[in-house]
Amino acid sequence: MNRTPVYGLMAEFTNPEALLAGARRAYAEGFRRMDAFTPFPVEGLAEAIGFHKTGIPLIVLIGGIIGCVGGFYLQYWISVIDYPINVGGRPLNSWPSFIPVTFELTVLIAALFALFGLLALNRLPMPYHPVFNLERFELASRNRFFLCIEATDPKFDDEATRRFLESVKSQGVYQVEH
Amino acid sequence: MSPSEPPRLRMDELQQRSLLIGGLALAVCAAGWFFSPQQFFRSYLVAYLFWIGIPLGCFAIVMLHHLVGGGWGFVIQRLLEAGIRTFPLMVLLFIPVLFGVRDLYVWARPDEVTTEAFLRQKDLYLNVPFFVTRTIIYFAVWISVGYFLNRWSLEQDRIAEGGLTQRLQSLSGPGLVLYGLTVTFASIDWIMSLEPRWYSTIYGMIFMVSFVLAAFAFVIAVAFFLSGLEPLSNAVSPDRFQDLGNLLLAFVMFWAYMAFSQFLLVWVENLAQEIPWYLHRTTGSWEWVALSLILFQFSLPFVLLLSRATKRRAGILSIVAIGILFMHWVDLFWMVTPAFYPSRFHFHWMDIIAPIGVGGIWIGVFLGQLKERSLLPLHDPRFSQTQEQGA
Repeated sequence: MNRTPVYGLMAEFTNPEALLAGARRAYAEGFRRMDAFTPFPVEGLAEAIGFHKTGIPLIVLIGGIIGCVGGFYLQYWISVIDYPINVGGRPLNSWPSFIPVTFELTVLIAALFALFGLLALNRLPMPYHPVFNLERFELASRNRFFLCIEATDPKFDDEATRRFLESVKSQGVYQVEH
Repeated sequence: MSPSEPPRLRMDELQQRSLLIGGLALAVCAAGWFFSPQQFFRSYLVAYLFWIGIPLGCFAIVMLHHLVGGGWGFVIQRLLEAGIRTFPLMVLLFIPVLFGVRDLYVWARPDEVTTEAFLRQKDLYLNVPFFVTRTIIYFAVWISVGYFLNRWSLEQDRIAEGGLTQRLQSLSGPGLVLYGLTVTFASIDWIMSLEPRWYSTIYGMIFMVSFVLAAFAFVIAVAFFLSGLEPLSNAVSPDRFQDLGNLLLAFVMFWAYMAFSQFLLVWVENLAQEIPWYLHRTTGSWEWVALSLILFQFSLPFVLLLSRATKRRAGILSIVAIGILFMHWVDLFWMVTPAFYPSRFHFHWMDIIAPIGVGGIWIGVFLGQLKERSLLPLHDPRFSQTQEQGA
């Protein structure tokens, strides 16, 4: 990828409402490649920057189905195919007694898929991210709210975007370098 | 509260119509009692259990909410409290069951007790005077705890004072313990003792959970129908219905967990005194009822409620809720009726008229109670907090 020296422009806000309003205006303006950073979850922020759908539900569903089918088949294979034992005259395929383990494995595999799917979708662990080049950015985990419009956005223009971010009641606009 | 006129009129009309339908259906049932008293009591018992489940579930949810809080509860709190205030009506509606004790319960027939050894052994607990005494105790607990829950919540509307919230919380802890004990014993007395040879220790839990499930389904549907009314319309939102939908899903799963646990233990043990209970309920066409429970009381609502879209659309959510409520009735029918007709599936016209009769009266009284108060708790300090945060 052809890297420009500029990663993007970062606007700083003092409260979540201002950030939310700014993010909504940036989205309305046509910006798509942007991200917001807050010290605590802000309701509606993900939707405001156009983050409506995540792949997590599908990933968890797939994990759940694998756990369910795999868990049942594990027991079926052991007690019917590989090592059939007559226990108290019950049928070899005693499905009611397979249900608890099937259920547990469904939950376990779905949870593991959720965890690793989440890490993969967020591209974590990530040893380097340009936003940390900005010294003020550490305030994002204290009391400041940031909105970053990335240089890869088709509508990004150093001058115009800076003017736009200054117009949305931000405390300051900073350039983020690679 | 100054409600707009038309909705109130509609509620009055609905109340009258419901009482009328209920009264008519009960009159038809009275005729049925004349021709076949035994069948009347059998049908009436299922109908009664279905409708007492809703106020009992309301009772548990109110106390649960006082303990854990959360924005979801304030939307339905007044519906739940109106449900609790129908307990005195349920005492009146229990009278036919008392008249039918000898028709319904084998341990209440003196000639059978003298001939059956195992009934003589259980006679210390299963006898009519003690049965009536226990029932009186259950209602005394439900009515008295329910009375204070309602009274303090109403006082909170008039005076914004933190002490009442504290008092409601300290009542709710022991209240939930009492709910657990009374519902366990009531389900043993009223339902399990229909087949006194059989017993299951998880039985009370199944009813505790399915009553809460039924109450959630009922209040979700009512909250949807009333969502246009002031001041409830200010508080309901897709977020709230999603919360309620999540709780409904949780209790659908909880019910399935309990019902399956009992089945699994009995199936694995395969003991001569326990297995007949399930054999009766899975043969002679009863198996189709059992199958419909697995499909429509668990699988279908489970899949539908997983989706965010279902939970956020109040109309669709309430259709799912009404389906669950209907299947809850099928569940009770499946648990009770095979006790009388173990070999073959049996359905009598009174099985459908009796629930309509009891339900018409119950809904009429419920709406009457609902009209008396504001549809939202006004001064609960935790409520205004959740409204501001939208959380």
